[in-house]
Amino acid sequence: MTQDITITFPHRHLLGIEGLMPNEITDLLDLADRHVSVGRQVDKKKSILRGRTQINLFFEASTRTQSSFELAGKRLGADVMNMSVSSSSVKKGETLIDTAITLNSMNPDLLVVRHASAGATALLAQKVGCSVINAGDGAHEHPTQALLDALTIRRHKGKIARLTVAICGDILHSRVARSNILLLNALDARVRVIGPKTLMPKGIERMGIEVYSNMNEGLKDVDVVMMLRLQRERMTGSFVPSTREFFKYYGLDSEKLALAKDDALVMHPGPMNRGVEIASEIADGPQSVIREQVEMGVAIRMAVLEALSRHLPDREGLV
Amino acid sequence: MNHKNIAILDVHLVDPSQNINGIKTILIEDGLVKAIEGHVAPSLLEDAYEIIDGKGKTLLPGLVDFQTRTGEPGNEYEETLASAGKAAVAGGITSMVVQPDTKPVLDDIALIDFISRNASATAPNHVYVMGALTKGLKGTEMSELRLMNEAGAVAFTNCKIPISNSQVMRRALSYASDFNGLIIHHPEDKSLTMGGVMNEGEMATRLGLPGIPKMAEIIMLERDMRLAELTDGNYHAASISCRQSVDIIRKAKAKGLKVSCGASINNLALNENDIGAYRTFFKLSPPLRQEEDRLAIIEGVQDGTIDVIHSDHCPRDVDLKRHPFADASDGAVGLETMLAAMLRLYHDNQLDLNIITKALSLNPAKILGIKAGSLMKGMPADMILLDLEKPWILDARELTSLSKNTAFESARFIGQVLKTYVDGIEVFHRSL
Repeated sequence: MTQDITITFPHRHLLGIEGLMPNEITDLLDLADRHVSVGRQVDKKKSILRGRTQINLFFEASTRTQSSFELAGKRLGADVMNMSVSSSSVKKGETLIDTAITLNSMNPDLLVVRHASAGATALLAQKVGCSVINAGDGAHEHPTQALLDALTIRRHKGKIARLTVAICGDILHSRVARSNILLLNALDARVRVIGPKTLMPKGIERMGIEVYSNMNEGLKDVDVVMMLRLQRERMTGSFVPSTREFFKYYGLDSEKLALAKDDALVMHPGPMNRGVEIASEIADGPQSVIREQVEMGVAIRMAVLEALSRHLPDREGLV
Repeated sequence: MNHKNIAILDVHLVDPSQNINGIKTILIEDGLVKAIEGHVAPSLLEDAYEIIDGKGKTLLPGLVDFQTRTGEPGNEYEETLASAGKAAVAGGITSMVVQPDTKPVLDDIALIDFISRNASATAPNHVYVMGALTKGLKGTEMSELRLMNEAGAVAFTNCKIPISNSQVMRRALSYASDFNGLIIHHPEDKSLTMGGVMNEGEMATRLGLPGIPKMAEIIMLERDMRLAELTDGNYHAASISCRQSVDIIRKAKAKGLKVSCGASINNLALNENDIGAYRTFFKLSPPLRQEEDRLAIIEGVQDGTIDVIHSDHCPRDVDLKRHPFADASDGAVGLETMLAAMLRLYHDNQLDLNIITKALSLNPAKILGIKAGSLMKGMPADMILLDLEKPWILDARELTSLSKNTAFESARFIGQVLKTYVDGIEVFHRSL
């Protein structure tokens, strides 16, 4: 059923939102829309990836992204293998490239990679023969997160263009923020980033966005509020003094949310720190679409896997 | 080795030490410069000299590289004194100053002596050595500066590891001033660069890489200027990379401080955009900065604020470069490309040959007090014959260095060394 939809996706890998054309993004969203309904059926299994091998290679611990990719692959019929490589064993001497060469010899068709270093997935993609999906590389990109966020927004608002989206919190360390900025800009949304100056990367204003350090000003009349996770270890690096101070000025509570449009969506890529960047009542409140984001995550990853699989050699070995 | 007497006829000779920039004939006897004349008929010289026709070619004093790292001792697979020397003469460098950040660190007279002996036995060029400023380069205890100075160390540096402790820096400057020793420092406030891997700014933000702010260099350089003033010590900033740093040095010199300054050829020839999509061969220390900084560095060389341009030769096994950007080693080889990269600025009419020769040869020799950088009568005949107009493309595989981590792979250059002489002996000849 999903096979008959024509999509434009000329890329062999999905390494980032950067480099994607707006129509390629919307095609992926359209395809994912179809997969949402598949996920809600009793029989969720497809055979698009039957016989294919998907390896989830995670150099950084992840529960939800990894399980989301695993489920997406399995629902499309692929054989999915999870490999968690702790960074300590990497330090024992095996380089990323050694790992890539080893895995490549197992002839996977799709490789989903998360790594703590920016650019690591792109490096790996140069060394393997299969399609590579970036599941997060350092503070660089996390393209499937931005896609699932866009899908969630579009399903609620019917569009992306001309919506005002505020991305709030630790922008400096966030790959989610970067991918979202690129995607939302590509689809003509207005993007604001809000956070303390210590968590704002230099030159970010040149990415086509508005920068706020006052959350009350930044949230005014926005259509979407995207909260980011604040890593606890940021307290020791003198980025912010304490979680309670951060929450007072940058945590999303009902008072601050009231400044946004009445029907503003509240989003969070998870895992949440309740009481640090978001109040529980908001996370579980009527404007929150956080649980739906998880569902969209599986659908988007199915769409990405399917789109990339079209570039794999067919059963006769033809590309 | 036998010295032949050589006469290079009708060559374009540039020697800023004698204000020469014109067509000359140079006579070499017993490895020393005998005379520089106008046109001399070859028939008058044929009996006593080997005649080399210099028509259409350019002769410069041999280059003096202020900052050459080798892997000897410790990492000989990356570069030895011999292999660095061979690479150097292919790039026109007749004197190189090796850095003490080896394994073990050169912080002891025995090691200084080891380098000097090994180099003179194996390297085709003159090799000088800098001693470690602090024991083990740890930045806490001063090394035996004066003993090393007597053993032949030409200056003292803590290499790429800055001295964050101001008291240590103050004492070193003060102590070394007693015997006119030169303290070389890599100005960088590590607490500001912590974790940074490239210039801080839009480019780093887009790549998601932690940035190295310019302020880290500026603050440390400002501190050093104050300490140089306080102690009246001889201070040399190893490699500056920012526009503001050029201003700081300019002001310090105007004040009359005993301060000099260098920059890496990489910061003169490249900028942060060259990093593109995580190209680790451009991961350097100091990092590549913005175009405005590169232009300010050129201007600093032009007006004499920046005294020295060095290769910042840093041989690294390419495997150490084939990592995600943040995890890759810093540094690039530079001995064989320094002059060619510098000549780009000559061909772009940004720097003339006089200035280039000063920055690559005369000034470093003067600052270090070594007998080089000039072709005055009686000086060693360290010189290079160039074809200034020869176009060529760099193929990393053809580099002489044992390590091939060049930031100029496939770069197009104009101008190449044809012959290199050390003490009047031809040590390099490019087969065409």
